[in-house]
Amino acid sequence: MTDVKTTVTISVNGRSVEAAPGELVIEAAERAGNYIPRFCYHPRMEPVGFCRMCLVEVDGPRGATLQPACYIKVSDGMSVVTDSDKVKKAQDGVLEFLLANHPLDCPVCDKGGECPLQDQTLAHGSGETRFIEEKRHFVKPIEIGELVLLDRERCIQCARCTRFSSDVSGDTQIAFSGRGDLIEVAPSPTVPFDSTFSGNTVQICPVGALTAKPYRFSARPWDLEQVESTCTTCSVGCRVAVQSSGNRLTRVLGVDSEPVNHGWLCDKGRFTLDSIDGNQDSLDPLSVLARIREPLIREKGVLTPTTWGTALARAATILQDAAQAPDGVGAIGGAALTNEGAFAWERFVRGVLGSNHLDAQFGDGLNGGLLQALPKATIDDAARARVVVTMTGDLREELPVLFLRLRENFVKRQNALVEFSFGASALRSMATVSLPVRPGEAHVLAEALTSNGSMPKGSTIPEADLARARQLLGDTGDGVVFVVGRPNLAEDAGVLERAIRIVAERFPAATFLPALRRSNVVGALDMGLGPQLRPGRGYAGGEDGRDTLAQLAALRSGEQSAVLLLGCLLGNVLDVEGAKAALEAAQVVVVTGHGGKTLAYADVVLPAAVQHERLGTVTNIEGRVSAVAPKIVPPGSAWTDVAIASELAEQCGQNLGLTSVEQTAKVIEETTGYPALSVLIDVSDEGALVGRPAQRVERKALDPMAFPGIRSTNTVGLGELSGALVEENVVSSTPPATAVLSDVAAGRSVEVPPFDAYALALDVSHRLYDHGVAVQGSPALKNLVAKSTAYLNHFDLDRMGLVTGDVVDVMALKGSISLPVTLSDDTPRGAFGIVFGSLDDEGDDGAARFLFDPASAVTHVRLESR
Amino acid sequence: MAVLDSPRIVTARAQYDDSHTLARYVATGGYEGLRKALTLFPEEVAREVDDASLLGRGGAGFPAGRKWSMLRKSQISYLVVNGDESEPATFKDHFLVERDPHQLIEGVIIAAYALQVNQAFIFLRGEFALGLERVQQALNDAYEHGALGSKIFDSNFSLDIVVHPGAGAYICGEETALIEALEGKRGFPRIKPPFFPAVNGLYGEPTVVNNVETMANLPWIVLNGGKAFAGLGGGRSTGTRLFALAGRVKNPGIYEIEMVKNTFRDLIYDPALGGGITNDATIKAFIPGGVSAPWFGPDMLDLPIGQDEVAEKASMLGSGSVVVLDETSCVVRAAWRIAKFFSRESCGQCTPCREGSGWIERAMYRLEHGGGRMEDLDMLLDLMDNIAPGLTWPPQQTTICVLGPSIPSSVHAAIDMFRDEFAEHVKLQGCPFD
Amino acid sequence: MSHLRVELRQRAEELIALYPRPRSAMLPLLHLAQEQDGYLSEAGIEEVAQLTGTTPADVRGTAAFYDMYHLEPVGKYVVGVCTNIACLLAGGIELLEHASSTLRCAVGETSDDGLFTLEETECLADCDFAPCVQVNHRFVRTTTAATFDALVSDLREGKRENEIPSHGTLIRVRRNGGLRAQKNDVNTERTDAKAARDQRAEEKA
Ligand SMILES: Cc1cc2nc3c(=O)[nH]c(=O)nc-3n(C[C@H](O)[C@H](O)[C@H](O)COP(=O)(O)O)c2cc1C
Ligand code: SF4
Ligand code: FES
Repeated sequence: MTDVKTTVTISVNGRSVEAAPGELVIEAAERAGNYIPRFCYHPRMEPVGFCRMCLVEVDGPRGATLQPACYIKVSDGMSVVTDSDKVKKAQDGVLEFLLANHPLDCPVCDKGGECPLQDQTLAHGSGETRFIEEKRHFVKPIEIGELVLLDRERCIQCARCTRFSSDVSGDTQIAFSGRGDLIEVAPSPTVPFDSTFSGNTVQICPVGALTAKPYRFSARPWDLEQVESTCTTCSVGCRVAVQSSGNRLTRVLGVDSEPVNHGWLCDKGRFTLDSIDGNQDSLDPLSVLARIREPLIREKGVLTPTTWGTALARAATILQDAAQAPDGVGAIGGAALTNEGAFAWERFVRGVLGSNHLDAQFGDGLNGGLLQALPKATIDDAARARVVVTMTGDLREELPVLFLRLRENFVKRQNALVEFSFGASALRSMATVSLPVRPGEAHVLAEALTSNGSMPKGSTIPEADLARARQLLGDTGDGVVFVVGRPNLAEDAGVLERAIRIVAERFPAATFLPALRRSNVVGALDMGLGPQLRPGRGYAGGEDGRDTLAQLAALRSGEQSAVLLLGCLLGNVLDVEGAKAALEAAQVVVVTGHGGKTLAYADVVLPAAVQHERLGTVTNIEGRVSAVAPKIVPPGSAWTDVAIASELAEQCGQNLGLTSVEQTAKVIEETTGYPALSVLIDVSDEGALVGRPAQRVERKALDPMAFPGIRSTNTVGLGELSGALVEENVVSSTPPATAVLSDVAAGRSVEVPPFDAYALALDVSHRLYDHGVAVQGSPALKNLVAKSTAYLNHFDLDRMGLVTGDVVDVMALKGSISLPVTLSDDTPRGAFGIVFGSLDDEGDDGAARFLFDPASAVTHVRLESR
Repeated sequence: MAVLDSPRIVTARAQYDDSHTLARYVATGGYEGLRKALTLFPEEVAREVDDASLLGRGGAGFPAGRKWSMLRKSQISYLVVNGDESEPATFKDHFLVERDPHQLIEGVIIAAYALQVNQAFIFLRGEFALGLERVQQALNDAYEHGALGSKIFDSNFSLDIVVHPGAGAYICGEETALIEALEGKRGFPRIKPPFFPAVNGLYGEPTVVNNVETMANLPWIVLNGGKAFAGLGGGRSTGTRLFALAGRVKNPGIYEIEMVKNTFRDLIYDPALGGGITNDATIKAFIPGGVSAPWFGPDMLDLPIGQDEVAEKASMLGSGSVVVLDETSCVVRAAWRIAKFFSRESCGQCTPCREGSGWIERAMYRLEHGGGRMEDLDMLLDLMDNIAPGLTWPPQQTTICVLGPSIPSSVHAAIDMFRDEFAEHVKLQGCPFD
Repeated sequence: MSHLRVELRQRAEELIALYPRPRSAMLPLLHLAQEQDGYLSEAGIEEVAQLTGTTPADVRGTAAFYDMYHLEPVGKYVVGVCTNIACLLAGGIELLEHASSTLRCAVGETSDDGLFTLEETECLADCDFAPCVQVNHRFVRTTTAATFDALVSDLREGKRENEIPSHGTLIRVRRNGGLRAQKNDVNTERTDAKAARDQRAEEKA
C-alpha cells in the first residue's frame, strides 16, 4: 500500500500525541500518560460508552463537547482535553450517580480492597453523599449458575459481563433485563449461567456484583500473595496470576497475554485449584480426590507409607531387574510434567534404564514424529488465517481459550472456517462449510478434498460443499491453517494421521496447529517422551520404541515386565480392561501427585509436586515455552520430578547430572538450544517460540480497571532463584535434527471395516468437564459433568423410531448395556456419539469403555429399542 | 383571532366516519398524489419536498427534503416511519394512523419512490391496537389496489411496507433506539456518530427515519406543489401543523393550524380551537412542545407558533403538543410526574440518565408529598447540571441520547418560575393543593 | 415440538419471512407468544429464541425492556390508567385510586378472581379523553368513576368480549395472502439494487 498514513497526530491537554488511525482516544491518551477514568470500557471488548465516566472534551464542528473517550476514535488534528473543570465536574457527577444506589458494604464485599469503583471513589469522590433517598433494593445474592453468584444491588450496569457473554463467549446466557434504574443482569430461569467461560465475567466485573462461589469469602485481597504462571489444565497455556493465602491456593486470574489468552480463562483452568489443595483429607490413594503426601510401597498386598529411601530402593530394584531383559521395561505418561521434569525422566529411561519404550501420550493423541514434521502455525496465525480447517473435536470442550481466540475472528473478520465435523462443535454456526465425517472415513474425505479421490461411499455431503471447501483451500493451501487433534477416541489414530498426511502433502503452503489437549503434552514430546523423539524437539528416525498401546500389549504378553507410570493411567484410557490386565501382569512404579484407581496396581508410589507447586517451563500447542511458578509448597514430602528422577538414578548407581530445576533448564538449553533457562531468567512474559527467533514482547502496563484483582504481572520469581545460575549465560548449542514429513514412516496401515447398514460407528469425544482429577477434585466443577447419553442423527433415530429420552440396549462385543438416546444432528449419520467420562445415574462413567473394541480401527455397535 | 382559513392538509377527511377506508380515501382524491409522483423522476419528487421546506414533525424539526438530499448521494436502503408517539400529551399520530391510514401509506410510498427505496417499515406504538389493525388493513387494501407491491400502478417502482409493532417503551421513539427495536433488540439508543441512521442505520445500512405526520403531508405536497406548501406559514415554518392541545383547556383535541400565523393564545383561547381555560380559570404556564420542552409562562401567549420563534425563546415546538396548567394545577406535582415519566422511561444505558432520573424523581416526590427541604432545589439544579451541563437550551449532554437532557426541562422550569410554590410545599411538608 | 399452536406457529413463520433478518421479528413474535399464553411463559420464550436464532436469556432480557410484555401471568383484562401530565391534570391519580378499589386489586397486581390486572401507565396518546384508560390496549374512553364502573361490570358480565379481545395486540392484524409472492419480487429487486450498488462502489474504489 502506498502513502497510507500510519499515524495521526492529536493533541491531549495541549501536548501533541501520535496515535494509530482508528485508535480510541482513551488508549491514545493513556499511552501519553493521561489515564482517563472508566468503568464499562474493557480493552478486550468493543466499547459501548455506557458508564460515561470517561467523558472528556473533544473539539468538533460544534465546538468542544463532552464525548466518551472510550468510544471516540482519534482523527488527525483532534484536540482532547482531559483535565478541564468541565470534564472534572462531569466525571465527578457520574461517580456520584454511580454511588447513589450502590450499597456501602465494602467491608463485607469480596471486591473490597481491589474494587475499581472503590478506588475511583477514593481518588475522585467527594467523600460525602447528597443522596438521602432509599437505595434500590434486591433480594441478596442469587445463584445464577453453578459457579457464579450475582448481587444485583452492587451492579453498576457497565455491561461488561453481558457483553462478554454475547460477544466474546457467544453463548449469551446472561443479558440485561428491565429498563432504566431497574436494569439487572439475568440468566434465563431454564438455562443457568453454566458457560464454559463464566468465571471471566467475575474477573472483569468492576464491582462486587458477580462473585465466584469457590472464592467467595475465602480470602481478603490484602492477605493474598501472587505469582504469575501458566495454566497447565489444558495445553493452550493461558497466562495466569495464581494467588494464595498462606499455603492455600485461593484464586487463579487470567493475565492479558497478547499472543495467547487475552486475559480470558476457561472455568476448568480457573476453578480447578480445589483439586490441588482442597481435598488433601481424602486419604484413600485410590481416589482421584487424594493427594499423595508420602512414598508408598506395597507390603503384603497393601500400599503402605514409607520413607523416600525405602521407596526409591524398591523402585530402582524393580526397574533395573526388568531392564535386565531386552525390552523388559518402559515408561508411560508424563504429559502433566514440566519440561524439566520430562527431560529428567527421559534421561532416566533412555540413559539409566536403556529403554526406548516411552510415551507421554495415552494412545489418545497423534504420532509425535508426524506432529514434529508438520509446518507449524501459532495461535495468532490460526486466528488471522484466511481459512481455518478444523480436524478436531469440539474446541470449546477441548481447548476452550483457543476456541475463544478463533471465534473472535470468525465473528469479526469473517475469515473462512472449514470444519471436518465429527460431532458437536460450538464453532458450527460460524463455519463456511461443515463436512460431516463418519468414524473411519477422515482419510477418505481428505483424499476427496485434495481432488484425488471420490467421496466416501454413502456420504451425504453435497458436492457443492466439497467444491466450496476445495476452492477455499486453493492450490497450495496458502493462508490456510489446519487445526489437528483427536476427535474420536474410539477410532484408530491412524485414520486421522493418514488424513493429516494427505492434506499436508497436497497443500505444502498450509500450516498446522496441533490440538492435543493434555496439559504439557507438547513439552513432554519435545523433551523426548515418545518413541523416536529426542529432547529439544529432536527425531531419531529408524529407531523403534513402543508407544503406550504397544507397551500395554507387551506387558500383557510378558515381553515387558515392568512399567514406570508418570501419572495415573486408568482414567485416561478407553480400553480399561486391557490396561488393567497389563498392569496386573507387571511390576508398576507410579510417580504422581494425585491418587487414582491405577494405584491399585502400584508396587511403589512416589509423590510428586503438581501444577502451582513447582517451578519450570512448559510448552503449549503452538510451541510457546513459558514459565510456571510455584505458589504453594507441595503437601507432605512430595518432591519435584527432577529430584525424584535424579535420586532414582542415584539408587541405580548413576548420575543424571541434574541438581535443580533451574540447572536442568540450563542443561536443556545448552544441549539442545530449546528455550528453557532463558525463559526462566528473562521471564520475557510471553515466553519463547520453539524454532523461532526469540522476540521480547513488551507488555502493556497492567490496567487494574481492566483486570481487577491482579496485583502486578511479570513476577515469576526468578529473582529468588539461585543467583549463580542466573549469572551464568546460556550457551546455545545446535538443536537436534527434527522430523520432516518424508522421514516419518507412513505408520501402520489401518484396516477400516466397511460401513454396515445395521450398525452404528462409535464416536467417543471429550468434554471439558469429565471424570478427571481437575474436575472431580473440584467441588465447584464436578456438578457440571455431562450425563451419559448416546447422540444420534435424526436420520438414524427416525429409522429406528426413537426419540430423545428413549432408552436403548446397545450391543457390542462384550455384551450389551442400556443407554438413553438424544437427538443431535451434529452427530454424522451412522455415528453413535458418546461423551468420554460422562456419568450415568449410578455415577459410573463406563459406557464408552464398555462398548469400545480395541481390536478394531472403528467400533461398531447395534441398537435394540426396548 | 386565529387564522382558520388555511387548507386542511392532513385532516381533510376528519369529518367522515369511514375516513380510514380505501373507498372513502379514493373517493376523496386518495392516491392521486402517488399517481402524479410516479409520472415524475424521483429527483423531481424530492425537489418538491425540498421546495416545501417541510420540517420533520417528530420533534427535532429537521427539514425532510434536506435530510433526503443529503442522503441521496449514497443509495438509501430502508425507509422507516416513526409512529412510536409516546411523548406525553402528544396524540396527533394516533389520530393520523387511526383516522387516515391510507394518507400515511400514500406518503410513505411517495417518499420511498423519491428515495428509490424498496423496503419500508412503519413502526407503530404497540399500544395502538386499533391503529395497528387499521394500518395493516389499509396496507392490505393498498396492495390489492395496486398502490403497493410489485410494479406500483404499472410503473417500474416496487415497494413492500411492513408494519412493525412496538411494545411499550418511550425511548423507541428515538430513531436509533427504534432501529434497535426493529432489529429485535432492547431499545438502547446508539451513539451518534457513528450511528447516524443516514449512514449506519438499520442493519448498518443507510436508512431514512421520518415521523408519521411528516409522511402524511406528502400526498398534498406532490399534488399541489412544494411551493404551495411553502406559501403557507412563514419563515422556516411552512405549511400547517397538527397540534395536540391538552391539559386545563375546555376543548382538548387535535388542531391543524397554519404555522406562524397563529399564536399560542389563539390555539388555547379561540372558541374554534381550545376554547379557553377549564372553568375560565387563569392560565399559570404552558408547555409548548411536549414534556421534553422547557415551559413558558403566560407572557409567551402571544408568541407566534413557529419553530424558530419558539426556539428563540429557549424552548421548542417539539412533538407539537401543548399542555396548559392553570391556577388549580400544582406545578410541583406536575414536574414530579414528568420526572417520574423520564425515570420510568430512561433506557438505563447512561449512568447520568439512569441514576439521575431516579434521584430527581425521588427528591421531587419528597418535595410534593412531604420531606422536602429548600436545599433540595439547589441540589436538584446541580444534579441536572450533571446531566445537561450548563442547563442551557438547546441543551448540552453527558448522555448518549437527548432523553437525558430532556429530564431537567420541567423541573428546572418549575424551580425557576415557581420557587415560592416549592417554598410553600416545604413549609407545609406537603402539597397546598391537596 | 412447537409450543405455539399450529396457527400461531404459522403466523410466526410468516412474520419472520417479512424481515431481512429473523431476529427483527422478535417484537411481533413476543406479541404472538403472549397472545397464546396471556404472558410470556418459559416455553414461549424458548420457542421465540429458537425462531429468532437467539437464546432464552437474550429473549427474556429483550422482552423485559418493554412494558407490554408480561413475564408473570396477568389477569384476563389488563386495565391501564394513565396518570401522566394531561391525565394528571384531569384527575388521573384519583381515577387510578378509584380503579384500584373497584377492581379490588392494588396497582401492579391482579385481582383474586384473575380477571383484572391494574397498571399505572405512561401517556397513552389519547389525551383529549383524559384521564385515559385502556383495557388490553383498547382505548375505552371511560373518563369518570361512573363510566369506569359501568365498564367493569360489563367486563365482569362478559359483555365487551368482541370489542376487547383477550391478550395480543396483533390478534386481528393479518397480512393478506398473495402479497408474500409479491414480496419475493421485491426482495429480488432489492437484492439486485444492492448488488448494483456494491458493484458501483467497487468500481469507484
Ligand atoms: C427520547 C426521544 C423520543 C422521541 N420520540 C419520537 C416519537 O415518538 N415519534 C417521532 O416521530 N419522533 C420521535 N423522536 C424524534 C426521532 O428521533 C426522529 O428525530 C424523528 O423520528 C425524525 O422524523 P422527522 O424528521 O420526520 O421529524 C424522539 C426523539 C427522542 C430523543
Ligand atoms: S440518555 Fe437516557 S434514554 Fe438516552 S441512551 Fe442514555 S440512558 Fe438511555
Ligand atoms: S463510557 Fe467510556 S468507560 Fe464507560
